[in-house]
Amino acid sequence: MSLLSVASAPVAGGVAPAMHAPDRFLTVPIALLFWVISAAVIGLAVRRTNRELDEKMVPLMGVMAAFIFAAQMFNFQVVGGTSGHLLGGVLAAVLLGPWAATLVMASVIAVQALVFSDGGLVVMGANIFNMGIIGTLGGYAIYRFVAGVLGGEERARIPAAGIAGWISVVLGSISLALMLAASGTSPLEVVLPSMVTVHAFIGVGEALITAAALAFIAATRPDLLDLRPDRAAAAATRAAQGAAGSAAPSAA
Amino acid sequence: MPDVTEPATEAAPASDPRADDGDTTRRSSRVGRWWWVVGLVIVALVVVVFAPLASSDPDGLERVAEDNGFIAQAQNVVGGLLGDYAIPGIGDPTVSTVLSGLLGVAILLGVVFLLGRVLARRKA
Repeated sequence: MSLLSVASAPVAGGVAPAMHAPDRFLTVPIALLFWVISAAVIGLAVRRTNRELDEKMVPLMGVMAAFIFAAQMFNFQVVGGTSGHLLGGVLAAVLLGPWAATLVMASVIAVQALVFSDGGLVVMGANIFNMGIIGTLGGYAIYRFVAGVLGGEERARIPAAGIAGWISVVLGSISLALMLAASGTSPLEVVLPSMVTVHAFIGVGEALITAAALAFIAATRPDLLDLRPDRAAAAATRAAQGAAGSAAPSAA
Repeated sequence: MPDVTEPATEAAPASDPRADDGDTTRRSSRVGRWWWVVGLVIVALVVVVFAPLASSDPDGLERVAEDNGFIAQAQNVVGGLLGDYAIPGIGDPTVSTVLSGLLGVAILLGVVFLLGRVLARRKA
């Protein structure tokens, strides 16, 4: 590695990880469209998080952002001389709820692009959409649905999160393939099947890491699973109902 | 890893999900309240141990771009400060990767923690 090789902006053939599109993969109109969409969703996420966020969840937000950034540096091997890495949107959403998770993912992707040139600035909105919002909002909805089908979140948290993680990666790859095709970078009939095939394998890694992380938390600190705003509210209600006799928890 | 799981399992029996507010519960173990330190140790381990082991094979998007002939377009309009997770002036690629990883971890921890604090405190 020659010194200052980093000074060159192009990242072709470098270690730019799995789904981070560089600027010139997308046309400016497509990139701007997804900047607008992602900015609107982030704005909504700020409002919702501001309304429902309890201070007790803030450290978990910070640690999750740090973990997802770190985990995204680790490209694992999949078939055919290809690698991939965790996205983490479903993991974040299961722990933090979809809105705070959206802010975490947007922060991770922004720091990667601004500081490490990992993903372009012009296409940052598209990257936030594909790797963040699809996983946090879409993946979370899928997670809740699958958990419901499998008998509830308490029983099915881990398999449901794994399945939602896999689906979110494949959906993200479909979304990026559509953007690439709409930009004229590659014909849809070529880029869609190849993106989906590769990410169907990468998604297995997403599922395994998501499931393992949640299993670890469930085994060691299950209370962290109850910080998510809707779960915290439910737990507070249960506590209020059940706290007639013993010393009531001081939860507000 | 062992010193991660051990204190945590000790804390587990006491961790009635509702009781973690700590001070009033009699078995509020100190480990219980320092979970985030354990979390950051895990994050640091990921950077120090796993990031240098990352596969250098093309990732999913790069593979597709190479196979379909548009990898030459993989350019950014503006380069970031520390492109490719390398710190200028540090020759050893592993050290460079690990340091830039730790820097990124610190930035994200700070940014998201402050963002969360502001959003949690200033209720609109």
